[in-house]
Amino acid sequence: MNIHEYQAKQLLKQYGVAVPPGDACKTVEEAKAAADKIFGSGNRLAVVKSQIHAGGRGKGTFKDGFKGGVKLAKSAEEATTHAKAMLGNTLVTKQTGPDGRVVSTVLVAAAEDIKKEFYLAVLLDRANSRPLIMASTEGGVDIEEVAEKSPEKIIKEHVDPAMGFQPWQGRKIAAALGLKGELAGQAAKLFAGVYKTWWEADAAMVEINPLCICVGADGKEKMVAVDAKIGLDDNALYRHKDIQEMRDLAEESPLEIEASKFNLNYIKLDGSIACLVNGAGLAMATMDIIQHYGASPANFLDVGGGASKDQVTAAFKIILSDPAVKAIFVNIFGGIMDCNVIATGIVAAVKETGLTLPLVVRLEGNNVAAGKKTLAESGLTLITGDSMSDAAQKVVKTVSK
Amino acid sequence: MAILVTPQTKLLVQGITGEFGARHAKLSLDYGTQLVAGVTPGKGGQFFEHGGHKVPIFDTVADAVKQTGATASAVFVPPPFAADAILEGVDAGLELVVAITEGIPVRDMVRAKQAMAGSKTRLIGPNCPGVVTPGEGKDSHGGCRIGIAPGYIHKKGNIGVVSRSGTLTYEAVWQLTSRGVGQSTCVGIGGDPVNGTSHLDVIKLFMADPETKGIIMIGEIGGSAEEEAAEWIAKNGTKPVAGFIAGATAPPGRRMGHAGAIVSGGKGTAEAKIAAFKAAGIGIAVTPSDMADTLLKMM
Repeated sequence: MNIHEYQAKQLLKQYGVAVPPGDACKTVEEAKAAADKIFGSGNRLAVVKSQIHAGGRGKGTFKDGFKGGVKLAKSAEEATTHAKAMLGNTLVTKQTGPDGRVVSTVLVAAAEDIKKEFYLAVLLDRANSRPLIMASTEGGVDIEEVAEKSPEKIIKEHVDPAMGFQPWQGRKIAAALGLKGELAGQAAKLFAGVYKTWWEADAAMVEINPLCICVGADGKEKMVAVDAKIGLDDNALYRHKDIQEMRDLAEESPLEIEASKFNLNYIKLDGSIACLVNGAGLAMATMDIIQHYGASPANFLDVGGGASKDQVTAAFKIILSDPAVKAIFVNIFGGIMDCNVIATGIVAAVKETGLTLPLVVRLEGNNVAAGKKTLAESGLTLITGDSMSDAAQKVVKTVSK
Repeated sequence: MAILVTPQTKLLVQGITGEFGARHAKLSLDYGTQLVAGVTPGKGGQFFEHGGHKVPIFDTVADAVKQTGATASAVFVPPPFAADAILEGVDAGLELVVAITEGIPVRDMVRAKQAMAGSKTRLIGPNCPGVVTPGEGKDSHGGCRIGIAPGYIHKKGNIGVVSRSGTLTYEAVWQLTSRGVGQSTCVGIGGDPVNGTSHLDVIKLFMADPETKGIIMIGEIGGSAEEEAAEWIAKNGTKPVAGFIAGATAPPGRRMGHAGAIVSGGKGTAEAKIAAFKAAGIGIAVTPSDMADTLLKMM
């Protein structure tokens, strides 16, 4: 699960990480109050940031032509005007796709005077199953590009999960970033807080980009997490009631939300052949084989190992509500499950949904002969395939006619 | 010889009285696996009965091991308690713990993996279909089936299969068996980002196993375990290996069902893995339908 920047900053703040003062606002009035507070406490600049999960907000454009999902303001009035332009408007960035996302919240925060930008992230290093801190002097830019072009500029520090993040590691990273004196001490504490956020919140990734040396309203230099992004481990959400409440359904595809109600793992894609498969690996492989034979998959859909009739029916309904779908490919390897039970489920689902699109079914496994007989005697005009490859070619043919 | 387990391996099931555990414990008994004990805290002294078998249930893994001599375990414990169950098996000195459970928090596995470093226990999984060493009977009956794989699709023979995915493993096994080719051992290492045993670990075991003559390695997007295995094979491989990578069409940044199946920050792409396979001389199955044929052509 992903959360908004303002929510990520709330979590970070709980663990002692300094973030710019600011408030999440859902109305223009709230934005005005937040801006008044910022300018009233001696700040000379504020920033208004659209809260959507996709990146590239600053360079994004709203559907009504307003440019920039992140805007600086020199006065409370200007900040309020920006908030008014953004709230309820649809922001299109390079990550949102052409549909964009509706901005229902803006973060109005103090825009501090930035002296230098760094990059900081905590994630799991899958190669050794340990937490990894990544830091770089190249902040505020695309870190993947830095990793590609100048990997020596990325500092990596592993954490022993039994010990946790140690103070000497904080000093080591701060020194490697060239920080000295009081700032180095502040940075070491901040790294510890960011690591603690990652660990305690069961995050998959915490990214601070940029982490900055800022000059505050009091003229002193300090380390501040100016932007923040947190992704959570879905498997651990059951133990974080507070984080569960941060879920924003408006950021998720309605079809994916519907699928999750039936324990179906569905991801919408932009092709024309819908897939219904059991098992995640086979579901990915089914998408791949459709592409291999020259068409595109409309979705990833794993109905799980023990797909019931209700699940199969729900899956058909979800697939069919995507108007781009021109044909359906059911690919089931019934290992333990009786293929005849699955076949009966398919027949019932087709009848219930009144399916008219071409349907290609490939069944293999336990009691497959009875399953094929059920399909053949159903009176439905479906096509059967002998192997995955045979069935994939047949379904691709139905859309390329 | 097979790897990891033989038809003689004594198995216990942690979570044997749960619906999922019970169902697959029965299937393992039907397959002829030496299932000698079950563990469910609070149900020690009871019995798990099925088809004439009467399997004793213990409160702790340590008791079960002491009383029955079990050396391997299948973990069917629900996600919040699964990492604890794995470590209980490690403490009891099991040689092999196979964690079937899907949905264990990553942090729990990071800690468990750290805690079991240096122990004699090998962990397979979590979020995996398990391990099967086929037997000599009809439909491979009499083999060792740990986990949730369908037993009857196997056939005793000389091909090793290793995969992150359940149904893709069955697909490969079935392709082999349908062509009259048997398997030494089939290992599902699981689809999570933190797992006990990697592709490379299993590949090394297969290369050292005299009974295994060829290997099918099935990977998917996410991480770099396939690349590491390929690099080792390029230098040390002595047997033909055919491979397939799932997820070439998966959009970046999205988790494709398995917690570990994600392309993030441009890392873990199918493209990079296929390139690594090619560079290592691993035969590439262009489609998942070609996994067995690709290997058989190399042999």
